[in-house]
Amino acid sequence: MRSSEDLKKIASQVRRDIVKMVTVAKSGHPGGSMSCADFLTALYFNVMDTDPAKWTRDGKNQDVFFLSAGHLTPVYYSLLARTGFFPVSELATFRKFGTRLQGHPSVEKGLPGITQTSGSLGQGLSAAIGVALAKKLDKDPKSVYVMCGDGESEEGQIWEAGMFAAHHKVDNLVAMTDWNGQQIDGTVENVAGLGDLEAKWKAFGWDVIVVADGHDMDQILAAFDAAKAKKGHGKPVMILFKTEMGHGVDFMAGTHKWHGNAPSEEQCAAALGQLEETLGDF
Amino acid sequence: MKQYIDKGKKDTRSGFGAGLLEAGKADSRVVALTADLKGSLKMDAFADAFPERYFECGIAEANMIGAAAGMAIAGKVPFAGSFAEFVTGRVYDQVRMEVCYGETNVKIASSHAGITLGEDGATHQTMEDIALMRALPGMVVINPCDYTQTRLATVAAAKYDGPVYLRFGRPKVADFWPDDLPFEIGKAYVLNEGKDVTIFATGHMVWEALKAAEALEAEGVCAEVVDIATIKPLDTKTVLASILKTGAAVVAEEHNMAGGLGELIAGVLAATAPKPLEYINGADQFGQSGTPAELLAAYGMDAAHIAEAAKKVMLRK
Repeated sequence: MRSSEDLKKIASQVRRDIVKMVTVAKSGHPGGSMSCADFLTALYFNVMDTDPAKWTRDGKNQDVFFLSAGHLTPVYYSLLARTGFFPVSELATFRKFGTRLQGHPSVEKGLPGITQTSGSLGQGLSAAIGVALAKKLDKDPKSVYVMCGDGESEEGQIWEAGMFAAHHKVDNLVAMTDWNGQQIDGTVENVAGLGDLEAKWKAFGWDVIVVADGHDMDQILAAFDAAKAKKGHGKPVMILFKTEMGHGVDFMAGTHKWHGNAPSEEQCAAALGQLEETLGDF
Repeated sequence: MKQYIDKGKKDTRSGFGAGLLEAGKADSRVVALTADLKGSLKMDAFADAFPERYFECGIAEANMIGAAAGMAIAGKVPFAGSFAEFVTGRVYDQVRMEVCYGETNVKIASSHAGITLGEDGATHQTMEDIALMRALPGMVVINPCDYTQTRLATVAAAKYDGPVYLRFGRPKVADFWPDDLPFEIGKAYVLNEGKDVTIFATGHMVWEALKAAEALEAEGVCAEVVDIATIKPLDTKTVLASILKTGAAVVAEEHNMAGGLGELIAGVLAATAPKPLEYINGADQFGQSGTPAELLAAYGMDAAHIAEAAKKVMLRK
């Protein structure tokens, strides 16, 4: 287990990777990648039981992660590389012709660590529930984790899945919502307000944990501990992480404008100036 | 002409139900999901035999396809079933993303397809589904012709590793597929050998094609009847061999023209050996309420219309 301080350092490197990948590719989604970077770093480095050397797509006898918000490949690929699923140097190929690091996750390209394709929003939660139900059938004690966006939660399928998981008591599943309050066209509340997300998930029969500061590593780790304690108690768990879009770089933070835009070389340099290099850049 | 015995009228969806139970007994990885249509898809026997492997999804098809994909990722062999409209058009994105591009071993069980659904009317008489499913890379499309073939196709689909779209229907129709004739995915079956004209038929239209061939025989026309049970991948070898022998063909399907078997065969012939074709299908329109027999006649899709089309196409040789 790594300390909060260590995880913060890793998350800083992950943010550097995100900014660099998107800049090199001249496209991609940095804002949302940076809002969920802290809790996904904790998830991959401290929470999930997964071994890159033994990883198989079926996820047998390992914890499984689904990225439902499939556009957040910069953070996903960075974490997979930094935890040893593939060489860190491969991050430089992001979105380039012939790469395994497709714009949105692809199983066709055979990138280790990718359990399912995603990119059409609202679908990953259902697939995660499917794996969780299969694990129960197989008496596999491991868990399934899935991350959705708050804007993504405007998709009806998210709520179909929500009802289905509660009905079937899928209690080996931990879903996470990156509640950064932004989507492409503006703030979530202005585009199609979600209202009280906590009350909604509770009403759908889930155990809900709210993390007031989704960038505070101690709060993040406490939430994952609480989620693990709820396993096997008959309900799926939703952790709502209140975060900030583009967190970690002042001119990218708190705005939808960096949802799907790449920084210029100058902006990249300015951003990297605000993020400590801790593990060595790709 | 080779004679086929109607063993009794049965619905192809019951063939699916029987096949699902058989596949479930043979392989514990087989699971079934439905969106509140267990009875309509005849999944009851499977659900009773394997309650822990049966998942009721409620009226939420998108989630059902996603959950099925997840189960397939984890090593299960899921059959996700609903009416044809709701497992194709309603969830096209999910099937494209989670099943085909996602390369998951999901079997889409599609019932009540075609105009022979009858009284429910056009909303449910899907005649565009083959086009939708054919367009997806990696999808196998099977449209069996009767109860026995549907049962065998279901078992074969369970053994096949990859996405399958299995299309069947509601009405009770002739069950004539010989019990000792094995079913193979990707194979077209020459049910009657002929020399004057070929009738390529799929699904419920195969029996109509056999009846048409009988009528044609009485008029001195020797029609070859080919059952295209697997639409994708198409058995082009058998298709070409037949039409090169007879020189003209009718393509009969319970589907609209766009993206159907007719266009598929026309495309193959245009690229290899162009021959005259006539089409028996739903053209470019929606259906309406009525009995299956009434509708087939009204929309020009019954045995009599197939026989007429055969004579017409022969004149163009």
